[in-house]
Amino acid sequence: MSTPLLEVRDLVKYYKATGFLARNTPPVRAVDGVSFTVGKGETLGLVGESGCGKSTVGRTILRLQGATAGTVRFDGTDLLALDRSALRQARRRIQIIFQDPYSSLNPRMTVGDAIAEGIEIHDLAPRAGIPGRVARLLEEVGLDGSYASRYPHEFSGGQRQRIGIARALGVEPDFIVCDEPVSALDVSVQAQVLNLLADLQARRGISYLFIAHDLAVVRQIAQRVAVMYLGRIVETGPTEEVLARPAHPYTRALLSAVPVPDPTTQRLRIVLAGDPPSPSNPPPGCPFHPRCPHPARDARCSTERPELHQIGRSEVACHHAESPT
Amino acid sequence: MTPLLEVQDLRITFPSSAGISRPVDGVSFTLSRGELLALVGESGCGKSLTSLALLRLVPPPGEIAAGSSIRLDGTDVLGLDAASLRAIRGRRIGMIFQDPMTSLNPVFTVADQIGESVRAHQSVSRRAARTRALELLQEVGIPDPVERLDNYPHQMSGGMRQRVMIAIALASEPELLIADEPTTALDVTVQAQILELLDRLRTARGMAVLLITHDLGIVAGRADRVAVMYAGRLVEESGTADLFARPSHPYTRGLLASVPRITGSVTRLTPIAGTVPPPTAWPAGCRFHPRCPDRLARCLADDPPALSVGPGHQMRCWLAEGNRT
Repeated sequence: MSTPLLEVRDLVKYYKATGFLARNTPPVRAVDGVSFTVGKGETLGLVGESGCGKSTVGRTILRLQGATAGTVRFDGTDLLALDRSALRQARRRIQIIFQDPYSSLNPRMTVGDAIAEGIEIHDLAPRAGIPGRVARLLEEVGLDGSYASRYPHEFSGGQRQRIGIARALGVEPDFIVCDEPVSALDVSVQAQVLNLLADLQARRGISYLFIAHDLAVVRQIAQRVAVMYLGRIVETGPTEEVLARPAHPYTRALLSAVPVPDPTTQRLRIVLAGDPPSPSNPPPGCPFHPRCPHPARDARCSTERPELHQIGRSEVACHHAESPT
Repeated sequence: MTPLLEVQDLRITFPSSAGISRPVDGVSFTLSRGELLALVGESGCGKSLTSLALLRLVPPPGEIAAGSSIRLDGTDVLGLDAASLRAIRGRRIGMIFQDPMTSLNPVFTVADQIGESVRAHQSVSRRAARTRALELLQEVGIPDPVERLDNYPHQMSGGMRQRVMIAIALASEPELLIADEPTTALDVTVQAQILELLDRLRTARGMAVLLITHDLGIVAGRADRVAVMYAGRLVEESGTADLFARPSHPYTRGLLASVPRITGSVTRLTPIAGTVPPPTAWPAGCRFHPRCPDRLARCLADDPPALSVGPGHQMRCWLAEGNRT
């Protein structure tokens, strides 16, 4: 395999408590040693429930938040080591789109100005060429070129997400972090945006880190998937493999909880007890052990942290995961 | 046997700058004791307003239009005076919402809030109300219920808070529970827990449930009947198995085709074109016609009535005339 476009190694992000109680408060271990790669033109789905650290991974990669430790190599350069001006250059190639495009669009700026901003900052087109370029971007994401003179509030949620995508595309990135881009959208609109993202990837060869809580959405868009629990990746591999033969008990439970709009599917329902533990006080050993329904769960699970190891075509962090049968 | 709840031709009007808008426009359905009816639709279809109308909680300046009828066990809810209405609200009809944090009072403990609901409906001592609160916490499956009694809402997770909301609703032994997107804000593994709980309570107590949701996935396998809502109207209604086996209205079919699946082969999603029109601009004729792939000439002007497509299965679509068996 050729070198990946993005290579994240042992990424750690702790949040220290602030204020006068801080001394006695342990840090929140939002991301606790995460490694993965994303190839050119590939989509990696990063899945997990609220608080598992998936969004923090996305933000740390772009240095919207500082990392505590680890390396993030993008096309050979460690983004975490760059100075400000070099970082600005690198950010042309890596963009991000958010769950709620409304809160990331300036309400007093026209859609056209918002899209043009990045193009101007990175000096990617002569001033006279910008309006035409903005119109082409709007058309590429399925909107009318004339919308450039309108304001964000005039658009629906799905249209705003398209505007967010057009703005990201403006600087011709190689990589887009998609942070729950369709979670706030109605299903009929969600499908439109998923198709658009797939088309853009096919046309422009962009790589995506697709952060989501919905396994069915990830299956639709990602070739590979990494499942996170409490700041760590517990299982990763080709999407089809992980979803057809989940080896980690958490992946199995997550998969069984996905609502399926078909009453005839016979499915094993694994209903997990309790809630995920707090990342400021993660359980010792395997972070999943207090909720784990695996029949072979034993003392080792509560003392020794399982590392990712190869099982079949996936990597799994579980002492009792077996090769799929 | 008369149904527990009978809604006839419910219309809700809001004054707007463009005249009168009708976000709910002629909705009729029934619900029997112990039955789970799911009301499904996307944002702005009127499903939540419909559920609020059952308790006469339509926010002003909205009004329930003359000619609408809501009967609970034969009693005309719309004709009740304030005192009789209180005997229904939160007593014979309980309600839970999407976000339990905004419905719980942050400065009272769980015991206070459940106890308040107990004492509102039964004249019992504080001590007896606390004992009842403990029983209810056990019934809704809260671990360590004794300790949890003295917790404040912020000390609990989202799933726990939703369980507390359910306990508060159950305190009055309601005959009907309205659950408005009860799991939308929760993670999938927690969503599965809450849905199992609602199912168990319905069976144990013979309580009818009106489940309002945008997610066809959580409806399959749980609801007895499904009503699909679009632009202020029920466009299709059927037994759950039949709805998923033979989705008939083009909107229902479009919704199902938009949902990414967790099984089967991954194919390109087929979204519904366009977006939901606002209630101030419902289209003439069939309200779905501008987005409908199967549109006939008559759909532009003629509004289809509810037509039968099979036993207990009806839809508002002219295609029913051709398909009738």
